[in-house]
Amino acid sequence: MSAPVLDIRNLAVALPRGGERPNAVEGINITVRPREIVCVVGESGSGKSVTAFTTMGLLPPVLKPVAGEILLQGEDTLTASKARLRELRGSRMAMIFQEPMTALNPVMPVGDQIAEALDWHDTKLSRAERSARVLALMDDVRLPRPAEMAKAYPHQLSGGQRQRVMIAMALANEPALIIADEPTTALDVTTQAQILKLMRELQARHDSGILFITHDFGVVAEIADRVVVMRRGKLVEEGTADEVLNHPRDPYTRMLIDAVPSAVPPPARPIPDKAPLVTTRDVEKVYGGGVLGGRTVKALDKVSISLRPGETLGIVGESGSGKSTLARCIARFVDPTAGEIRLGDEEIGQKPQRALHPIRRRIQVIFQDPYRSLNPRRTVGQSIIEGPMNYGTSRAEAWERARDLLKLVDMEPAGLDRYPHEFSGGQRQRIAIARALAMQPEVLIADEAVSALDVSVQKQVLELLEDIREKLGLAMLFITHDLRVAARICDSVVVMLNGKVVEAGPSGEVFGNPQHDYTKALFAAAPGHGRFDKAPRAPAAG
Amino acid sequence: MGRFLAGRILATIPVLVVVATVVFLLLRLAPGDPAAILAGDAASPEQIAAIRARLGLDEPPLTQFLEWIGRLLRGDLGTSIISNQPVTKLIGERIEPTLALATTTILFAIAVAVPLGVVAAWRHGSWIDRAVMAFSVIGFSIPIFVLGYLLIFGFAMELRWLPVQGYTSIREGFLPFITRLVLPTLTLSVIYIALIARITRASVLETLGEDYVRTARAKGVGERSVLSRHALRNAAVPIVSVIGIGIALLISGVVVTESVFNLPGLGRLTVDAVLARDYPVIQGVTLLFAFLYVLINLGIDVAYTLLDPRIRY
Repeated sequence: MSAPVLDIRNLAVALPRGGERPNAVEGINITVRPREIVCVVGESGSGKSVTAFTTMGLLPPVLKPVAGEILLQGEDTLTASKARLRELRGSRMAMIFQEPMTALNPVMPVGDQIAEALDWHDTKLSRAERSARVLALMDDVRLPRPAEMAKAYPHQLSGGQRQRVMIAMALANEPALIIADEPTTALDVTTQAQILKLMRELQARHDSGILFITHDFGVVAEIADRVVVMRRGKLVEEGTADEVLNHPRDPYTRMLIDAVPSAVPPPARPIPDKAPLVTTRDVEKVYGGGVLGGRTVKALDKVSISLRPGETLGIVGESGSGKSTLARCIARFVDPTAGEIRLGDEEIGQKPQRALHPIRRRIQVIFQDPYRSLNPRRTVGQSIIEGPMNYGTSRAEAWERARDLLKLVDMEPAGLDRYPHEFSGGQRQRIAIARALAMQPEVLIADEAVSALDVSVQKQVLELLEDIREKLGLAMLFITHDLRVAARICDSVVVMLNGKVVEAGPSGEVFGNPQHDYTKALFAAAPGHGRFDKAPRAPAAG
Repeated sequence: MGRFLAGRILATIPVLVVVATVVFLLLRLAPGDPAAILAGDAASPEQIAAIRARLGLDEPPLTQFLEWIGRLLRGDLGTSIISNQPVTKLIGERIEPTLALATTTILFAIAVAVPLGVVAAWRHGSWIDRAVMAFSVIGFSIPIFVLGYLLIFGFAMELRWLPVQGYTSIREGFLPFITRLVLPTLTLSVIYIALIARITRASVLETLGEDYVRTARAKGVGERSVLSRHALRNAAVPIVSVIGIGIALLISGVVVTESVFNLPGLGRLTVDAVLARDYPVIQGVTLLFAFLYVLINLGIDVAYTLLDPRIRY
């Protein structure tokens, strides 16, 4: 066995005084060997990113390493001088980040950004050699037409292409160690599959070891040689990918793996055969154009769906598929360009905004990011009662209902007097659900409502939504990019691509026997495909 | 881009028409009569009426306005009531000191303020940052004339390093030209240094927290380059906006400074014209300023597209 490129020994990093725990991470031991991919898995707050940034010497000044050593090919980066660290970064160790849009400088051509990585470490390159190296790197990460693309700015590239640029930049000086911090989390599943494939290929050709940080066991199953599981700053389990995924020893690891929803839907629920509550017929939405002309984008192209009372309909697709635009048209946040949207017997698609007041109460939305969807300057109670009071409910009654709703979403009614920042992400999403329910809606639109949550929290919120739709008989429109989540909660699904519906039907049929090529490709691209698709609704082990 | 420029230049015409109309009306509505001022204290009503007739001020305002606009279209800004000189000639004589002072001031302010702001952001919370912020507060608070006289007292009268007042054209040599501009420039630039440094600090501080700055550090880029190529380039749009606003304000700010340092610029010309109700001069200078403001705005917009490839017109 070759010597490790990275050897983290007994690392501890202190949190500032008054934090929730004394150390961000402690007792961390991780080794990465050449040509090895080590996945560090954990939920938010587990300390996985702190570990990565400590290794790179990029910790924010408030966090201080207090014990241990980090050996990069035998050299301790914790004791290295600032100048030495700068030399090591980008040459012997490189990093790939989560969000390639924000991680690239928006005002610098991508070719220059790759070249910059060379400039700081290999000053002897001539101009011609330098640009040849940049093009070779871009070619290496399979970017099309490198010569043209080198002159492009990040916003002119797709998400996948941007991440390829990041990878080219990381590879520029053939680093011994690459740290990838959730490199595919912000990407669509099909793009994610391509990037994971690329990273595996590159790793076979170069001798780098990869420390791969992720929260997604699907990705772990795809790419890991070895796995390290972290929780609240400590290591809970370590082993080969096979050991950890198939025979987890620690109950926390087991819980995380069990929380991954199965891509096989549970047996169909009986849905009362009633007249549809929401129907759309040939709905179209065109952005741009207008009086001044210019480029137009057809976000929705003749979309027809129907949702019965009590039913959960999943709208599944990648970014740009039009799934969120559809939700916004139905909620009438935007005006559809053409087509019909009916709520019960009433046509609401073409109603002017001022006539929508009575409709708004009946359709409520839960948004993706509970950190931004609640007003930070209002207490939870104020946020919940605002809607009902706009519709004439008295303050006392609305407050009473808010108390009941917090109980319904498994929270203490005392929370009504507190502000959103005092709650965790999962709790905030519960509050957002309570806020939507306070309006006593008939239709609940969940727009990526569990996508920003950790997998264990996601499981709890999904259970809550299942529980609520059962109790209240709600019709739910569930917008998601995550097929596993859709399989778990939706009675039927609609698959969208480029503004069009390409496939629709009961979940059992679509997931069991997909017809359209795109649906098949989507399923095949889902990370860990087939690995977590145990019998549906299996009682949680352990 | 070409279409954008052409459109924007055409759009200056309605702006100038509105400015011309408003200035004309305001002057006619304001109290004061140039004929009475011209005729002096001892003049009889008949003499004043004769002067009014000679100047065409007895015509109905609409006729006066149309005549003025007609001459404007031929590039003639009119003739001063007081000095009997063409307004274009008056402006031509006075524009050099004003432009010279405005240019040295803005260049000096940028050269000092941008590095100060960047360093303050980079070392935010340190003594350098606090010093820059304290200077900003003082710079904003101290009146131009107070600072001007203090500098004259210190550097010109006590130390005798620099001349007290006056202006020498650049055609008579660079050294006498610049030595006479040093104190006015210092005086006038303080407030712009305060303004630009503050904005630079705030926007660089924001970009330093961005992911791409972290990326730059992760690939081993040195701090100086992180600051200039990554942080400052991305912080440039708000800074350029403020510099543009600064230039626009500067044109009016030179008025006081020109008085303090006795510079024969446009500011002084305007003040004298207003005191004498010299309508054609006031109208001409105001139109010129309006035109300059529009031009500066256009320049800022063009600068945006150069600084940020995501901005396209």
